[in-house]
Amino acid sequence: MELRDLAVALAIGLGTIGPGVGVGLIGKGAMEAIGRNPEAGSQITTTLILGIAFAEAIAIYALVIALIIKFV
Amino acid sequence: MKSLHISVAAEKITSILGFPVTNSLLTSLIVMALLIVIAFKVNFQKTQKKKSKRSTLYLIFEMIIGGFYGFFKNIAGERTDQLFPLLMTLFLFIVFGNWIGLLPGVGSIGFYEHTVHGEVFVPLFRGPNADLNTTIALSLISVSVTQYLSIKAHGIKGYISRFINFTNPIKAFVGILELISEFAKILSFSFRLFGNIFAGEVLLMVMIFLIPVLVPIPFLALEIFVGFIQALVFTMLTTIFVVVATEKHE
Repeated sequence: MELRDLAVALAIGLGTIGPGVGVGLIGKGAMEAIGRNPEAGSQITTTLILGIAFAEAIAIYALVIALIIKFV
Repeated sequence: MKSLHISVAAEKITSILGFPVTNSLLTSLIVMALLIVIAFKVNFQKTQKKKSKRSTLYLIFEMIIGGFYGFFKNIAGERTDQLFPLLMTLFLFIVFGNWIGLLPGVGSIGFYEHTVHGEVFVPLFRGPNADLNTTIALSLISVSVTQYLSIKAHGIKGYISRFINFTNPIKAFVGILELISEFAKILSFSFRLFGNIFAGEVLLMVMIFLIPVLVPIPFLALEIFVGFIQALVFTMLTTIFVVVATEKHE
């Protein structure tokens, strides 16, 4: 195995820790909000998806870096 | 064992007058042609006086566009009428582009090309948003529209004072941050879309490579969902940035 493969694995592996925690917290917040106020469910879902997209973007940056190391 | 072939850049298939034509450019032209044909068909139906003569296609598009109009009205308020044509075009282009990349044949129909590395498979089609050039173009459109509308709302002086402001040290520093964030927007828009769609294609390819039967189906469903969500996120963020940039202060 080349050192480059290890770099790819580390880049994406470490890069997904933060967004993973972030998405979890966003989901937790949304669940609590829906639990308290079920009528606002659809509105919360929109914001939830937007928030998750923001958190997920950071994992995507790590993925792009990993892909660049791997293929370029 | 045959190895997996993944290419980050779009492959060149031909060139017209010295301009390289890549497979993702070809696919995005197909998406555009499809959208233009649908637009003309739907618009033709609209002129029909009798409601019973309207086709299912017309009703579907009326439902989609009506639904999104209400959705964007919640975010953009009175700016909706001004922004809606751009937003809907962006949304439809991105969503069709993402979904066309999932069709069988895209990425598998192609030809072999002789290069210095031996024979290389070049697919004829590739999802438009699985190429960084397309997503950078889309994000440049989105960010330029934001800047243009911001200048229109505040005037040149007000627009520049958002970035360069020496009334007090905090405002000067915030101006620098604002300037950086405008450029970061281009990067984050383009990388978000490209990363999600390209990662989806790689995921599907790896899954098909490992277990070709039945296993990729749930991932395919996931990619349909992701393609829709990313198109929605792109347009929604454009709306929010425009609304923030055109807000009147003080």
